[in-house]
Amino acid sequence: MSAPSPFLTVEHLNMRFGGLLAVDDLSFDVGRQDITALIGPNGAGKTTVFNCITGFYKPTEGRITANHDDGSTFLLERMDDFKIPKTAKVARTFQNIRLFSGMTVLENLMVGQHNPLMVASNFTFGGIFGLAGYKQAENAAIELAKYWMEQTGLTERADDAAGDLPYGDQRKLEIARAMCTGPKLLCLDEPAAGLNPRESDDLNKLLLFIRAECDAGILLIEHDMNVVMGISDHIVVLDYGKKIADGTPEEIRNDPKVIAAYLGVDDDEVADVEQEIEGVST
Amino acid sequence: MANMSLKETMAGFNFQKIAKDLVVTALLATAIFGSTIAFKTKTAPGGLVLDLRFDIAFYIIAAVVVGRLLLWLTFWRKAPNKASGDILPKGWRTLYAALLAKIAKRFAPTLLVFAIVFPFLPFTDRYLLDLGVLVLTYVMLGWGLNIVVGLAGLLDLGYVAFYAIGAYSYALLAHYFGFSFWMCLPLAGILAAFWGLILGFPVLRLRGDYLAIVTLAFGEIIRIVLLNWYQFTGGPDGLSGIPRPSFFGLEFKRGEGNFADFFGLEYSTIHRIVFLYFLILALALLTNFITNRLRRLPIGRAWEALREDEIACRSLGLNTTVVKLTAFSIGAMFAGFAGSFFATRQGFISPESFTFIESALILAIVVLGGMGSQIGVVIASIAMIGGFEIFREAEEYRMLIFGLAMVTIMIWRPRGLISKRIPSIFLKKKKAVSGDLVAQGEGH
Amino acid sequence: MEYFVQQLINGVTLGSIYGLIAIGYTMVYGIIGMINFAHGDIFMVGAFIALIIITALGLTASTGLGLMILALILVLMGSMIIASVFGWTVERLAYRPLRGSFRLAPLITAIGVSIVLQNYIQIAQGARVKPLQPIVTGGYTLMQQSAEDGGFIVQISNMQIFIIVTTIVLMTIFSLIIAKTSLGRAQRACEQDRKMASLLGINVDRTISMTFVMGAALAAVAGLMFLLYYGVIDFFIGFVAGVKAFTAAVLGGIGSLPGAMLGGLVIGLIETFWSAYFSVEYKDVAAFSMLVIVLIFLPQGLLGKPEVEKV
Repeated sequence: MSAPSPFLTVEHLNMRFGGLLAVDDLSFDVGRQDITALIGPNGAGKTTVFNCITGFYKPTEGRITANHDDGSTFLLERMDDFKIPKTAKVARTFQNIRLFSGMTVLENLMVGQHNPLMVASNFTFGGIFGLAGYKQAENAAIELAKYWMEQTGLTERADDAAGDLPYGDQRKLEIARAMCTGPKLLCLDEPAAGLNPRESDDLNKLLLFIRAECDAGILLIEHDMNVVMGISDHIVVLDYGKKIADGTPEEIRNDPKVIAAYLGVDDDEVADVEQEIEGVST
Repeated sequence: MANMSLKETMAGFNFQKIAKDLVVTALLATAIFGSTIAFKTKTAPGGLVLDLRFDIAFYIIAAVVVGRLLLWLTFWRKAPNKASGDILPKGWRTLYAALLAKIAKRFAPTLLVFAIVFPFLPFTDRYLLDLGVLVLTYVMLGWGLNIVVGLAGLLDLGYVAFYAIGAYSYALLAHYFGFSFWMCLPLAGILAAFWGLILGFPVLRLRGDYLAIVTLAFGEIIRIVLLNWYQFTGGPDGLSGIPRPSFFGLEFKRGEGNFADFFGLEYSTIHRIVFLYFLILALALLTNFITNRLRRLPIGRAWEALREDEIACRSLGLNTTVVKLTAFSIGAMFAGFAGSFFATRQGFISPESFTFIESALILAIVVLGGMGSQIGVVIASIAMIGGFEIFREAEEYRMLIFGLAMVTIMIWRPRGLISKRIPSIFLKKKKAVSGDLVAQGEGH
Repeated sequence: MEYFVQQLINGVTLGSIYGLIAIGYTMVYGIIGMINFAHGDIFMVGAFIALIIITALGLTASTGLGLMILALILVLMGSMIIASVFGWTVERLAYRPLRGSFRLAPLITAIGVSIVLQNYIQIAQGARVKPLQPIVTGGYTLMQQSAEDGGFIVQISNMQIFIIVTTIVLMTIFSLIIAKTSLGRAQRACEQDRKMASLLGINVDRTISMTFVMGAALAAVAGLMFLLYYGVIDFFIGFVAGVKAFTAAVLGGIGSLPGAMLGGLVIGLIETFWSAYFSVEYKDVAAFSMLVIVLIFLPQGLLGKPEVEKV
């Protein structure tokens, strides 16, 4: 087999809000079943990139392509936002959790399976007369929901309102709900934010499990370096909307530009930092 | 509290504060009633004259001040200026909650049985039966609007437009084509749903409050068109002579081959009313049945998810436009059914029956009942329509009392009477979701 | 041409009235995000108060100019103050207990208040329409068509001058209040972020109350103008005028003061021109259709800021 093409390619992405260029000529790839991390200081434009990929913003310029295993390709920047999870199989979570808080955990997971269930209910017409086909599909959907509740440790809370869950569980539920859409790429916006060390370890395990078992890649924005360095296969670093580095965790760890960006050093001082690092590593 | 000494009791009061409050109250009341009550404008030859009624104004102002003083002495004694609008003391509230829980279990079936035997109860006369029909009509409309507002969280202030479309559809189809009620009933529903789609399509992208005002505008547009399209709709004169429904082809008339004759009953005008009562009961129950069924289907869950968080819905691949349109048009469909029932019951319709106040009333029923709660709609309908009837004696004060009641109930229970949400599906145990977690739709 | 100019003058006059009411809607919506449904009825109350004061003063068309101006200012002040009391009381009793509650609760309460105000005035003042003899009469001829074209005369009445001038003066005063005073600053701060504003020591409740008072005062001015311009009022005028004024506020971009005024003018002009050239019956349909069209193609309104959806 030839080297697998990347699942997602982002080419020359530009996003402008009025006078502000939030994303500036950004290109990167997200490999199949890779965990790719998008990092950068606050305000670097990471969430904007996410919103472009998942269709919530229409990029000013650029192309975002999803390549499925069967050879079909989807140009995400041209698709309606709801079609991206539906047909291009790219699902996402949100930085400030967006659960259906008045609905139970199980209901949240059922809404995640809306599209297949709509088909199974013959777009409601079959379902309303209680046809057997729908009942089966519904049971299958409950099974899938149960599976994800088990993986995230939420089985006990299946019938509780999502808004009643502790913060860490809400994060996990949001991931489980996104997984219920059957994505090929899962985009996570700061999944470890607000988690304690034990919870963030659990999260690492969950993400590794998803990669191993679900034939899905992960693209995540994260500030928690424990998560980023621990599980990423590939890291893309953004600063002021521009890509400043792209490589394996090891490469990123030693990249002077990255360090400079995080420490807030002026451009002309980068060389000094570079020297210092060399000094330390030798 | 019983052994509280006089001194402590007195310490609960802040005389200065109360006095200041009462002075302010008196001043405000004087401005409000001293202007509008004390001086009544009267048309007289050669222009307007003023009718002076200082005495009445004075009594009202005094009543307001004394009333406020009484409030200070009773309700606000322990917790003055409480932040929450809940004016009941805590003990009462827990009692109320416990009582509700007890009643809730058996309440719906009992109510249903009562609704079925109601026409045959000894005390049921024609007046009560008519009132029952009216209440059930609002129950049905409330259930229909509940889909749009309560489940999908779309604020619709022009719901009465679809009610009107249903009514006029039947009247016009019967008038021009001679269709019977049973043929028109589904047609009226379909037409209303169709209009729901047409009106909904351009506007459902709008945010919550804009949607509200646009639906209000649509409601008014339809009423104005009905009012002015004289050749077609009869304009302000309305349409009369709308055919009455038959019972499987049996007419409710005196004479051979009609309902009374067929069943060997003595002819009575009450037969038709009983029939209408059961007709609207059946229609309302159908609405309830379908809504409950839909809630357990993906489409119903999508409605509720939409109410909770539209952006999350889109991130899960839900086409929110379609979700909104289905809610809007299914809600409209039930209004259409109810509208054609209204036309056949009245035998006469005019645009006057479809003013904004009707929309407001239906919306108030849904919100007072507790958004999304089916049984809440029933309770609110009985309370509002029944309460409205109780004050029939009060004549011109009736609407005033109605408005005041609306405000008071809303402040007392902003989430409505039944605020708990019952999940549509459960794994082990059905647990009601507290109303505080349930969102009310877009824009907040 | 002459006919057009005349309609333009009439439209601007009507638009001024709508604009003044619309400001109340837009300010309240801006600060607490609520459609104050009862605002139209405050306008109606303002008109009735003005009617009462005018009748009490015994103003007629024959009152002398100096006295007339003085009397009108008195009427204006009186109805502004009393309508403000109505606005303040309504906010205090019906809306404040629901602050921070669910979005629909205040809306329903507002509809309830609207019913209460309408029926209260109906009971207190009677259900019949109240006619008022015109008291501001006369005007100026601006243009006249030649006799063979029909001799159409374009006139601007003193009444219209009074309405337009008062509107401009009040708009200027209120814009200055919003822009320059500490109250205005507090209002703008609450509009941005109520919680932060209260942390910075702004009395949020008082600021909101003052917003209602200002809105009510302007609505009362509109009420007086409506009374003088049309010469007939009843307890139900608040509903239609209120809906149209809210339409104007949304059209102009809700939350924007100049937007409300502009929206009012647009609605007034559409209504007048539609009545003049097409049909009087459907003038409301024209105004509402305009709202629908604008919202579909320009959801933020004419002068509102476009809203970027926060994800």
